[in-house]
Amino acid sequence: MLRLLPSLRLVVTASAGTDHIDLDECRRRGIQIAGAGNLFSEDVADLAVALLIDVVMKISAADRSLRKRRVDSRAITLVSKLTGKRVGIVGLGKIGLEVARRLEALDCNVSYNSRKQKPFVPYPFYSSVVDLASNSNVLVLCCALNDQTRHMINREVMVALGKGGVIVNVARGAVIDEKQLLRCLMEGEIGGAGLDVFENEPLLSQHFFSLDNVVLSPHAGCSTLESYVAICQLLGRNLEAFFSNNPLITPVI
Amino acid sequence: MGSIGVLLVAQVMPYLEQELDKRYKLFRAWDYPNAVQLPSQHATSIRAVVGNASAGADAALIEALPKLEIVSSFSVGVDKVDLEKCREKGIRVTYTPDVLTDDVADLAIGLMLALLRRICECDRYVRSGNWKHGDYKLTTKFSGKTVGIIGLGRIGQAIAKRAEAFNCPICYYSRTEKRDSKYKYYPSVVELASNCDILVVACPLTEETHHIINREVMNALGPKGYLINIGRGKHVDEAELVPALVEGRLGGAGLDVFENEPVVPQELFELENVVLLPHVGSGTLETRTAMADLVLGNLEAHFLGKPLLTPLV
Repeated sequence: MLRLLPSLRLVVTASAGTDHIDLDECRRRGIQIAGAGNLFSEDVADLAVALLIDVVMKISAADRSLRKRRVDSRAITLVSKLTGKRVGIVGLGKIGLEVARRLEALDCNVSYNSRKQKPFVPYPFYSSVVDLASNSNVLVLCCALNDQTRHMINREVMVALGKGGVIVNVARGAVIDEKQLLRCLMEGEIGGAGLDVFENEPLLSQHFFSLDNVVLSPHAGCSTLESYVAICQLLGRNLEAFFSNNPLITPVI
Repeated sequence: MGSIGVLLVAQVMPYLEQELDKRYKLFRAWDYPNAVQLPSQHATSIRAVVGNASAGADAALIEALPKLEIVSSFSVGVDKVDLEKCREKGIRVTYTPDVLTDDVADLAIGLMLALLRRICECDRYVRSGNWKHGDYKLTTKFSGKTVGIIGLGRIGQAIAKRAEAFNCPICYYSRTEKRDSKYKYYPSVVELASNCDILVVACPLTEETHHIINREVMNALGPKGYLINIGRGKHVDEAELVPALVEGRLGGAGLDVFENEPVVPQELFELENVVLLPHVGSGTLETRTAMADLVLGNLEAHFLGKPLLTPLV
């Protein structure tokens, strides 16, 4: 795509992720990239927490069965407490930090895995995702998608998380081995999942639809009116900055 | 203690029922067509009543149990217990405060997020296969919205602490202003509703708070306002709530409780701006077990002549 546009000087994306842009090629050709910066961090963090609470407390499942007039099935199913859950955040960037802050207020115990340990961060660091999973009952994925993170959440990680474990994914679908995830969910190797992203969205396996222990979201991490208005304004400001030879507001590289 | 009669007036978790059965002579209200007409030999052996949020001990029942000494409620709300009558007759009343505070506060936040971000609707959208045809519409951001809390007790404060982590400004209404609170106080529910985006009911149900959420409050909250009820169904005038939601005068509602549980107004099932739950507030295994242990502990303390663990009367 980039090769078709020899005069290209600027790419402006309305997303927080940049896995759909050939960053190396842009660097090589001196093409500037403007992204969403931290605009969406709160909304994405809110969604991660929303999905976690929903999966653990079975909110969507209860709403669903109440609307179908099937109250009894829910009335006798007790769910597990959110307080005290050990949550492992994978990727402690701006979104990961916003998730951590919210979960601390919900009395969860937060730890994390990242490419490198972050200084001045009060949460325990685990250098491998498997170690993080072994010491957590929830994993929240907030990392970028790249060669190191593709299918990083594999069967080994899921088994390490354990039978009551919950995975929340607000990163990119391909960070999880989706076939294995479905298998682990159906076999009871993990307890549940809250998923905003999928490997081949908007397509996903029909088998997900019959599970009561998953909450499915149509890549809505930043799909709020407030974020939409804000990103339109930011895009405009970045374009303005570029064409008046000023530094970009939210440069990626 | 196996000869002490205990009357169980509501269905409770198996653990509690089994323990009560083991320790006492347990009578189950649903075995008798009308509990007030218990055979008199049983009525005179009953020294304790165990109830919950949906059934307790009203004046008629108290009168029918001449040997009643204690009512131990498997709930924190005791609006189904005639407290005045109990005081008059020297009957002790216990409840289950604190152990369920976290769960109910977590649920309140969960309801706010589910409502504003349309989590249940989005889940339905994906399951129906509609995502293939296009994205779901834009929803409403939760972080930064002003949260108004009615009742700043244990649960209200726990909700405030959680909402603050989402950068939500907090304001509240209660019978009296809390001098040492950092949150903004409004002297009436209507003023609170006019000045917040999300209104949460977290106060006890009493004569004063019956239908505290009425038409005027709903209109003040408005088409961009959201109501969250984790209190009691009767806090809200349901007959006014339904048209307010249907007509769009109220932006949306997240409800864990209803006026006549388990009945839910049919019209609500058609709406996408509501989240409906079957009174699950404290429904985690850990919490219900802790609540059960409080009920059992209070009964044991009473019959051993020791101080009650969590007395209300």
